[in-house]
Amino acid sequence: MSHTNRDYALLGRDARLAEEIGLVSAQWYHTDLPRKVMKELMTRSDQPAIRDTIILFSVMIASAGAGIWLWPSWWSAPFWLIYGVLYASAMDSRWHECGHGTAFKTRWMNDAVYQVACFCMMRNPVTWRWSHTRHHTDTIIVGHDPEIIAMRPAVVARLILNFFGIFELWGNAKTTLQLIAGYMPETTKSFVPEPERKRAFLIARIWAVIYLGVAALAFWMQSILPFMVVGLPILFGSWHMVMTGYMQHLGLAENVLDHRLNSRTVYVNPISRFIYWNMNFHVEHHMFPMVPYHALPRMHELVKHDMPPAHPSILSAYREIIPTLIRQFKNPDWFVKRELPASAQPYRAEYHGDLEPGAPTPGIAGYDAQARPVAAE
Amino acid sequence: MPWIAACSADDIDTEDLIRWDHAGRSYAIYRSPDDDYFCTDGFCTHEAIHLADGLVMDYVVECPKHNGQFDYRSGEAVRLPACKNLNTWQTRVENGQVEILID
Ligand code: FES
Repeated sequence: MSHTNRDYALLGRDARLAEEIGLVSAQWYHTDLPRKVMKELMTRSDQPAIRDTIILFSVMIASAGAGIWLWPSWWSAPFWLIYGVLYASAMDSRWHECGHGTAFKTRWMNDAVYQVACFCMMRNPVTWRWSHTRHHTDTIIVGHDPEIIAMRPAVVARLILNFFGIFELWGNAKTTLQLIAGYMPETTKSFVPEPERKRAFLIARIWAVIYLGVAALAFWMQSILPFMVVGLPILFGSWHMVMTGYMQHLGLAENVLDHRLNSRTVYVNPISRFIYWNMNFHVEHHMFPMVPYHALPRMHELVKHDMPPAHPSILSAYREIIPTLIRQFKNPDWFVKRELPASAQPYRAEYHGDLEPGAPTPGIAGYDAQARPVAAE
Repeated sequence: MPWIAACSADDIDTEDLIRWDHAGRSYAIYRSPDDDYFCTDGFCTHEAIHLADGLVMDYVVECPKHNGQFDYRSGEAVRLPACKNLNTWQTRVENGQVEILID
């Protein structure tokens, strides 16, 4: 059974219902922290991001250089794999942090890295900025969050193909072509304000010129090598972004107003932390999006008494995610409700914290236990 | 138009802000790095998020939700997603009290 009875469309039925019951642009639960501590955590600094950016670009240049040097031998493959992960996964987290404007203290540095990262990811800097804004306003609110990556029930083939960047490349290329032609779908218009749209078209057209240059070079060289440097890494380097991205919200609650119920914090190895720029502290990031990536480990220590315990590893997170996705085939209202420690403020009804796994999700009309009996849990 | 005492000047740290609610309306009162005081509407113009949990850097306040930014002296929106300016309110300090001119 792979049909969904939820309507994830941005202007669809469940979007309207969520609005009707006050799930949209709502107040969210926050852990209480003294103002002085919050200010200290939000304080900006250029130094950590400059250091990380120098490391990132140095390794990218070195790995791409080695790949080009050894091309077309298979010995170039490991270097392309390193370059690909940095191009298509590390750049995802740079896109993210610089989009929030918190990575650097200096604004032009945020903006410059943001533009480079958007180009690598083939994500239009205008449309994606606004889509992510909405993701933070309405995190995992069905019909409003444009960044829900696994519907209930999940489309398994899609989840697997994402590791190979197929949809990322296809979707972003299609969007770029539409924007080049001056077309923006109504769903995108629902979160990109009118005065911003022209800029989205302009940037897509500038990219078109760059891609045409790369294509001309490839034609002249009679080789795909230029595309190994620009564009194709999305196919062989997205896997890390997808692996970490799936941990953020999959299997957790929809349509609740407490990030402890719909986001996941996971301890990961230092290399993944560098690539992912600390977004493994995801509950903390959503609860306090203005805290820069380099302060998130400190923030985690200060709020963990009020959070479900962090997963100790990537494997542990997937041990939770995969069985939940399987269970959602039988019952799309199933989700994991993680236990809070005794020191935490309990989940509260006003944030829909009383929602129990398997019970009908507020704001979802399509779930009808009568029409489609649910297997006993 | 009355001047209303809102808080003590010492209630706000330098380069910081506090929330002030009065007569059914919410405001944000700022103390600048030069210890001047300013007042704007309390809620961000992008969505209904109060600026009191935001960060003040020089003469800019960052909204805690999406980092929309405003120059709190003029209320001007200076970073997306904030597009609309904030209302500003005149302030003065009298006998150690920050007062706001409410119309
Ligand atoms: S709510 Fe203030 S910038 Fe979005």
